[in-house]
Amino acid sequence: MKSNYSQKVIDRFLNPKNMGKIENPDGVGNTENLRCGDIMKVYIKVKNNVIKDIKFETLGCAAAIASSDMICELAKGKTLKEAKKIGFNDVSGELGSLPDIKIHCASLAESALKMAIEDYERKR
Amino acid sequence: MRKRIYLDNAATTPVDLRVLKEMMPYFNEKYGNPSSAHFLGRETSKALDLARKRVADFLDCSSLEVFFTGSATEANNLAILGLIRSFQKRGKKKIHIITSKIEHPAVLKVFHFLEKEGIKTTYVSVNKEGLVNVPEIEKSITKDTILISIMYANNEIGVIQPIKKISKIAKKNKIYFHTDAVQAINYLDCNVKKLGVDFLTLSGHKIYGPKGAGALFVRDGIKIEPLIFGGGHERGLRPGTENVPSIVGLGSAISKIKEKDKKKVLKLRDKLIIGILKSVPRVYLNGSFKERLPNNANFSFDGVEGESIILSLDQKGIAASTGSACSSKGLKASHVLLALGHSQKKADSSLRLSLGRYNTERDIEKVLKVLPGIISKLRKISGYSLI
Repeated sequence: MKSNYSQKVIDRFLNPKNMGKIENPDGVGNTENLRCGDIMKVYIKVKNNVIKDIKFETLGCAAAIASSDMICELAKGKTLKEAKKIGFNDVSGELGSLPDIKIHCASLAESALKMAIEDYERKR
Repeated sequence: MRKRIYLDNAATTPVDLRVLKEMMPYFNEKYGNPSSAHFLGRETSKALDLARKRVADFLDCSSLEVFFTGSATEANNLAILGLIRSFQKRGKKKIHIITSKIEHPAVLKVFHFLEKEGIKTTYVSVNKEGLVNVPEIEKSITKDTILISIMYANNEIGVIQPIKKISKIAKKNKIYFHTDAVQAINYLDCNVKKLGVDFLTLSGHKIYGPKGAGALFVRDGIKIEPLIFGGGHERGLRPGTENVPSIVGLGSAISKIKEKDKKKVLKLRDKLIIGILKSVPRVYLNGSFKERLPNNANFSFDGVEGESIILSLDQKGIAASTGSACSSKGLKASHVLLALGHSQKKADSSLRLSLGRYNTERDIEKVLKVLPGIISKLRKISGYSLI
């Protein structure tokens, strides 16, 4: 670890706002990065095509935890269509950039959210 | 400012103030090139002699058997590559060398490099405690084996290897034996006669000396080739004007290693290990408890990842490390913990706390106070359930 993390990453990591589990979620995304072993779960509650609530559980490094928290923040209150457009660059940008070696953490968050939305759409 | 707690002494140590004081004149007062014939040169040449003698006294060898390098990495490279080049120069075509799976990259990567040149290599396994499989070393010896290189104590898990046993095997089979003793110098008997080693590597900055100086012991009579070429420094084995201040520092530091530091550090380490094992559920000590350096504690925690522990401790003013400082910039799980048979998950969840001369009871108490909370918070984030 090189702590060349931005203050935003550190703040998010220390005080994530969206961590936890949603009971009876409408969709769940569960991803694992096979290279670094990080695991991310994103839970969503959907009403009228809008993400009403979203939470995450992440086993991973500070960047992975901050990215999960940030993607929840970005997706909350968005329509599913809007949420699907959130990419790893948005996550990384909002965090004040991630070290190159940690960009994959933001990608992992992006896929976790997409998987949760797909899971919801499949179940519907 | 909040007090900083340094628990990464296996990565590097602060320079002892007495050492620093001895070094200072060699920057701008006694600045002569030791190769110069004038009075300034003679002054620094004498300083090198003293540093060499201090290292030789510590290792119980002759000054002529001590060669200074720029780092321990360089000393490891010089021992292994230098010996092989010397064999090759004398016409030996088929060469086989043996090491372990848990060596520092400064040895492992030399082996990888040589492999590409067609040198045969064996990486012996370790048991789940981190001890090298000695019978496997013996079995892997062939008529072409010229070198065994096994570290004295591991940098990540602090496990002490049976060096005397291995050196006997090497001697019996007329094979050279190198040990990387970087982590051992502070705490273990490094008498090269008792150990029976032919090469031994050490570093200045792990023993409260400065960065920029390492040393290699080469048993008298063994021929090795230099890896770089230039003037005749270090009797032609390591050309390049000597880093006098750092070498003076290395010599000074090695002369200040004291038995009482070991006892103090061991007591703190046991308080730390027992305290963590008692206060955190689902935690495992990595590596043997018995055959372990007095300053090393290394744990794996279920349901958390190492870097997030480090960063959390960092925020509390505690400097710690995952495996080794060298592997922490990469994404790869520790090769040492994987060699113990750990899953990638377990290897990824490691924390190394390495103590030193300047740690106090209060440092340990602080860690014991904050770590359980950090682990339980990270487990909440990861959704890890203790049930």
